[in-house]
Amino acid sequence: MARYLALRALQALWVLWAAFTLSFVVLYLLPADPVSIAADGAGAGTPVDKAAIAELQARYGLDRPLWEQYWTALGHAVRGDLGHSIVTGQPVTDAIGDALPATLQLTGTALLLAVLGGVSLAFAATYIRRPWLRGALAALPSLGVSVPTFWTGLLLLQLFSFHWRLAPAFGGHGFAGTVLPALTLALPIGAVIAQVLTAGLETTWRQPFVDVALAKGGSRWWVQLTHVLRPASVPAFTIAGVLVGNMLAGSVVVETVFARQGVGRLTQTAVLAQDIPVVQGVVLLTSAVFVSVNLAVDLIYPLLDPRIAARSRGGADESEHTTADAAEEAIIRA
Amino acid sequence: MAACRSDSAAPGGDAGPPQPGGTMRYGLSQAPTCSDPAQAGTNQTLYVARQIVDSLTDQDPATGELEPWLAQRWEVTPDAKVFTFHLADGVTFSDGTPLTADSVRNTFDSIIRLGSGKAPLASSYLTNYVGTTAVDRLTARVEFSKPNAQFLQASSTTQLGILADVTTAEPAEQRCLGDNVGSGPFTYAAYRQDAAVTLAKRTGYQWGSAVFAHRGEAYLDKIEFTVVPESGVRTGSLASGQLDAISDALPQDAPQIEATGGRVLSTANPGVPFGFQTNVTRGPLRDPAVRQALLPAIDREQLVDTVLGPQFKPATSALASSTPGYTDLSARLAYDPAKARGILDLAGWVPGPDGIRAKNGERLSFSVIFSQVFAGNQAIIELVQQQLRQAGVELTLDLVSVAETTARQNAKNFDTSYYNTTRADGDILRTSFGLDGRNLNGREPIPALDDALTGQLSTADTAARNALIGTAQQQILDAGLWIPTVELSQAIGASANTRDLKFEASARLQFFDAWLSGR
Repeated sequence: MARYLALRALQALWVLWAAFTLSFVVLYLLPADPVSIAADGAGAGTPVDKAAIAELQARYGLDRPLWEQYWTALGHAVRGDLGHSIVTGQPVTDAIGDALPATLQLTGTALLLAVLGGVSLAFAATYIRRPWLRGALAALPSLGVSVPTFWTGLLLLQLFSFHWRLAPAFGGHGFAGTVLPALTLALPIGAVIAQVLTAGLETTWRQPFVDVALAKGGSRWWVQLTHVLRPASVPAFTIAGVLVGNMLAGSVVVETVFARQGVGRLTQTAVLAQDIPVVQGVVLLTSAVFVSVNLAVDLIYPLLDPRIAARSRGGADESEHTTADAAEEAIIRA
Repeated sequence: MAACRSDSAAPGGDAGPPQPGGTMRYGLSQAPTCSDPAQAGTNQTLYVARQIVDSLTDQDPATGELEPWLAQRWEVTPDAKVFTFHLADGVTFSDGTPLTADSVRNTFDSIIRLGSGKAPLASSYLTNYVGTTAVDRLTARVEFSKPNAQFLQASSTTQLGILADVTTAEPAEQRCLGDNVGSGPFTYAAYRQDAAVTLAKRTGYQWGSAVFAHRGEAYLDKIEFTVVPESGVRTGSLASGQLDAISDALPQDAPQIEATGGRVLSTANPGVPFGFQTNVTRGPLRDPAVRQALLPAIDREQLVDTVLGPQFKPATSALASSTPGYTDLSARLAYDPAKARGILDLAGWVPGPDGIRAKNGERLSFSVIFSQVFAGNQAIIELVQQQLRQAGVELTLDLVSVAETTARQNAKNFDTSYYNTTRADGDILRTSFGLDGRNLNGREPIPALDDALTGQLSTADTAARNALIGTAQQQILDAGLWIPTVELSQAIGASANTRDLKFEASARLQFFDAWLSGR
């Protein structure tokens, strides 16, 4: 287990380094100079003194050779110093630190809503036997996936904030201020979870062990809850890991529509202004989140379906009851 | 000065006398970039920063005249090199320190240290700055090595607002974080970058400008600025009473705002109106006849009527009509497609099979780079594209990010660049078109234009200076350096309760006289 974790940590470091390097290369390939943009932020049409631009470039180290800038930035990043925003002058760690809590609150609530909603819908769609209702429920996720986030957000605001005045339209804190943006973000993600989980549940229902469980006299409800749900949720769980990354992207739209402070808004303004240090900071943060979530997902797999552990051990053990020890052993070998 | 200004007094004046107190909740369309008045550039930044500093002078938005503010009076030498300001006594900054001639010197010196990279506008106002001398405690003498007549108007801008020593001693980045100290009617109470700014009333404020409608303290206890980027959300929040006023109300939002008793306040921005700056070094635009033909080929009334709405106006010169020194050249810019075709026929540009003209194998086609800093830009340019096509001219659209606009402009990699510039002084023509300015036209010397542009800077006499600025406007159109389209207007949405929210001369908001009724 320890060796496995060490390997995964190394892998995570490699991903972080690659993300840093790639974003550095891409940002420097763009046809614009961030200092000129910042200096011309006024759109003033006034000529900016070349000497002043040179001085600023020197201040941000943008006048040095590319490889030197790269090494300096990487060295600072390793020590946790991500530099200063070229536009606002704020330290990047502060800018992200200010934005992060709001985004965590938003995405955390959204993930909770998405999982609750997605699981309930999939459960209902596979449990109910009336074909028309079953069909209608199974069609809902496609609708949820195809509705643009932007539109959902505006519609929710129109109804709940402007018309019924139940929630604030912008800058929300607390439950009332978070529920609408979280719902907006949760809708497409919950829909994907529902889609994948429905498929998983349907496949699992056709497995022989389900027949055995039913033959033993278990009710449909009890069998679905105790025998079917756990193995059927593995693909949905995998997808949920990927979706956490997507939520950060979705937060750009949601935070703009609901005028929330957050990492999404920070990213949007930084990209528009080509504020390299801030963009790099966000890229590092996103990679770190992605790596950690995937690690967590990998660690939880065997707990959900011990057969995964059994299979990866090389045996053709079809029995449901593998011990936790065996699962752990399998992880170490993986 | 023929701007369509509307203040927010209710029709019939049934609101009664102004009531002090209350918090005005204002929705900004973009986050302010920095809390420092000296480093401020965008409108949304200036709406906030304007409230915390006073300037040496104030410009009357109705007349363009400069009026006393921190300076009770001033003298300018005839060569426009030395400006002496006599400061009001008893003015204090919000940290309790008194305003003195040293404050003026420290403020201006600190702008020179910030440099044109951090403070592009403020630095350009102080071009050729030699220094400020404290003649006595309340007399500051500002000197320039070359004539700088535009400085007097610049002394009224937010960027040259006077700051306390505790702020001017700080480095550039620190000055952006919301603890700037000025002598203005409001002070920073909270500043969260990208989210919100709260301003609190300065108690004991007694030194308002001669332009203000009342004396003493501001009426509002607080102003809460929140960044609400989505225009539909801003309008909905205003209509549902969650905000009292909002930036950038779009023409299509007006009915919703008016349905709840609110209004759209508007004022035309002074400066260079929207238009195409021609790069005269490449493509068909090298031909002066082509540039001339573009002027009458555009139907500016149609642009306003079709795309923008009644609070906007067609451009009638290289300066917007609310700029001091503006000359009405609407006759030159009247829509006359026959004239445009005639000029091109005469210059040998012959229509080809697809209707687009050509000469010696060169197609009469050019592109425009523009960004969506103003929401109406794309629709306007698309309509211009159709209008030019009638004259046999092909225009292709090149929508780029703000970042790329700057890069392409600096590299002179464009045929025409579409933008506008806000400045309530005719000197903006020199910075936009002068050989010592950005000269995006890439033009060679034009003696009549160059003499007017440099001459206005060394002429302290207003009438003589305006005559030179008038000459410059004519020369710019004669040479086809700017193809004006429409004047930008600020459109502020205000609720029924919001009273006397006013625009200052540079079309930015002044909250001093604003108050809330029925609270």
